[in-house]
Amino acid sequence: MMRRFTGAWLIVLSIAALTGRTHAQVGPDRLVNAAKEARNWLIYSGGYFSQRHSGLTQITPANAKNLELKWMYQAAVAGVWQTTPLVVDGVMYLTQRLNDVVALDAKTGRVFWIYRHTLDPTLVVCCGANNRGLAILGDTLYMGTLDAHLVAIDAKTGRPLWNTKVADSKAGYSVTHAPLVVKDKVVVGVGGGEYGIRGFIAAFDARSGREAWRFYTIPAPNEPGGDSWKPCPPGSATFCDPEAWKHGGGSVWVTGSYDPGLNLTYWGVGNAGPDWNNEQRPGDNLYTDSVVALDADSGRLKWHYQFTPHDRYDYDSVQVPVLADITWQGQPLKAMVWANRNGNFYVLDRETGKFLVGKPFVKVNWMDKFDERGRPNQTPQPPGQPTWPGNQGGTNWYSPSFSPHTGLFYIPAWEGYATIFGGTPVEYQEGRNFGGGANRNYVPVPGAPAVPGIRRGPINNWTEAVATGAVIAVDAATGEQKWKFPMTDVTDSGILTTASDVLFSGGREGYFQAIDARTGALLWKANLGAQIVSGPITYEVDGKQYVTAISGLSLCVFGLRE
Amino acid sequence: MRAQLLLLAALGLGMWRPQAVAAQNPLAQNPAPGNPAAALPAVFTPADIAYGARLYDAQCTTCHGANGDGVGGVDLRSGKFRNGSTDQDLVRVITNGVPGTGMQAFRLDAAEIAGIIGFLRNMNAFDRGSIKTGDAARGRAIFEGKGSCTRCHRVGSLGSRVGPDLSEVGATRSAGSLFRSLTDPASQMMPINRPVRAVTKDGKVVNGRRLNEDTYTVQLIDEQEKLVSLTKADLREYTILTTSPMPSFKDRLNENELADVVAYMLSLKGR
Repeated sequence: MMRRFTGAWLIVLSIAALTGRTHAQVGPDRLVNAAKEARNWLIYSGGYFSQRHSGLTQITPANAKNLELKWMYQAAVAGVWQTTPLVVDGVMYLTQRLNDVVALDAKTGRVFWIYRHTLDPTLVVCCGANNRGLAILGDTLYMGTLDAHLVAIDAKTGRPLWNTKVADSKAGYSVTHAPLVVKDKVVVGVGGGEYGIRGFIAAFDARSGREAWRFYTIPAPNEPGGDSWKPCPPGSATFCDPEAWKHGGGSVWVTGSYDPGLNLTYWGVGNAGPDWNNEQRPGDNLYTDSVVALDADSGRLKWHYQFTPHDRYDYDSVQVPVLADITWQGQPLKAMVWANRNGNFYVLDRETGKFLVGKPFVKVNWMDKFDERGRPNQTPQPPGQPTWPGNQGGTNWYSPSFSPHTGLFYIPAWEGYATIFGGTPVEYQEGRNFGGGANRNYVPVPGAPAVPGIRRGPINNWTEAVATGAVIAVDAATGEQKWKFPMTDVTDSGILTTASDVLFSGGREGYFQAIDARTGALLWKANLGAQIVSGPITYEVDGKQYVTAISGLSLCVFGLRE
Repeated sequence: MRAQLLLLAALGLGMWRPQAVAAQNPLAQNPAPGNPAAALPAVFTPADIAYGARLYDAQCTTCHGANGDGVGGVDLRSGKFRNGSTDQDLVRVITNGVPGTGMQAFRLDAAEIAGIIGFLRNMNAFDRGSIKTGDAARGRAIFEGKGSCTRCHRVGSLGSRVGPDLSEVGATRSAGSLFRSLTDPASQMMPINRPVRAVTKDGKVVNGRRLNEDTYTVQLIDEQEKLVSLTKADLREYTILTTSPMPSFKDRLNENELADVVAYMLSLKGR
């Protein structure tokens, strides 16, 4: 075993020697400036502002038609592959199902080493056995695991350095998102929103793995926000849980963002538990469906904004918080732009959390207006009537992109999608599903049979009658739609933009597409054969720009024809 | 639901009216593959409940008795159940059984689940004499003869492939859905089965049934049973029709014949 790792290390050194690539450690300064280091991809969303935007310009709207496959890497374990790779000085690191880490040559796809995490056999996994990626600091990679551990791995050898238990996986806790390194800490949140967890975000010392701070996304009754979990009304005719906060959900399963200037780290928080039977948890149910801004050193809450108070639709706010410095009403603004699962686009002041803009980007009928503080006026539909957007939302966890070049914010969207919601009482039992739902997809054909749920094969049996997909480009300051790239099937794919105004995205249909970021015109496409669910990235090795797409079990890497 | 009842009344399919019980359908976001509860209809129809009554008679009366009170301390007609209250709970008990008791696990398909849950929810009000349950053998004769169903539909190796293959329709559609398919075909048409009309840029017309579609292409089976894949950029017209080419049999078959055809289709399990 030792010999194998030593050999791999030698290969790394040899390739470095041959190519002249640098292998400097990824210190905190490089992470702060990650978005400027265009040849690499050092953080899940490309940089701390999470814009999934690259400064690379070799691939342009004019030459995108010359893209061709350069190499592929095939994973061995079937299932939805949601990871985003990191690329550090010619070496690509990525996770593959269930909790493997792979290091490979970013130019050829050849593997240096594979780390395989052994999962606790008693784990209970909520909502898909997914992993979305890694973080790096120095020469150490960090991965959250399905059994709710945080593992530090030597980036040169693939050997584990430390392994810290974050939460109890028997109770449905897991860590599925890529960690976020901030200074000397590794920040993660816990998944398990359909299993009655009490969610939290925690920071761990990057060297030792010791927990440094913890912020509960569900406050206790004596904490600020605790009164948003109201007592049950006396003599309630329906089932009401007097201790609903103890299993109130608030999962965190997509990577947050960081503003070094404000020293705030921002995280989207998931749905309340139980998801659909809202009557048993009176109150706004903070901080579910919220964005929280935490002091990066202490984890203390600076501000929050709740997108969907007292959620009854499973509208997790686990979208990537995108930070953008924009002009708003003629003034420079440190903004946070956000397309929420609940179908609305938002602009917030990321320094104070002040609500500035709220505007639907898809059909919305669960609310009809905002008050001046951004609280939605909810309009629950009568029993049996459809709610737009449906349960999976107008968008979901799929990474959006913001381009400072165009000033546009790009949203992977589900359009025309509705659900007929219904809740059923559910009592909490550790490790058991705690959804409390009785929902079905809305199909506008009276009495027609139910159509299948969200996981489908290669046949689009939803058709336009259930939902269609789109990349929607909106003005980041106003939410006004500038263009739309429609897709027949829905899309779970993230979006990447580049400084040369090329946008890359995929979808359920398996097409990987290059689109003009200014106009929405199709530039190039390739049928990769299976749905694309992760976010593309781009990087450069030896002067050549590459773009990645994961389709089914295949990581496909494209570059320009030479 | 109201239209359905009026239709039934017009057809003379019985004076008894089911309770409008909204199914507790857990077809949420991550239904387990093959999850039988995912197929529960939004509303149970008389045809579902009648089908459930037949299944109950065949598989449940040995223990529970004809009136649902054969097991000590259990009265199925009361609407209260020891191991749950929602429709999903009932599906779970029926498909998993209850360990340590005489309640075994039953392997039921979607149509059977819809029927048995519909019947359990309506045992009190259900009048067995009021609904035609049909005869599958007679229904097959109508399907292949007078009804001319095989002109478009295929069962096993018999019939055309132009319409949806019905070899397994009795496992996937509820009795109520099959009844409505005969009397109001467009209402029961799965979106994927909507017929399409395409005209290529050189004027060739292709009519067919969709098998799949994406942003750039559409796959279909045409009127000559050919598998055709079209590139949308090559078309000058592409129309998805929301009406079904199938005629309504509301006035073509009498109530007994409709019940017989439903019974035949329910027998098509593809096994």
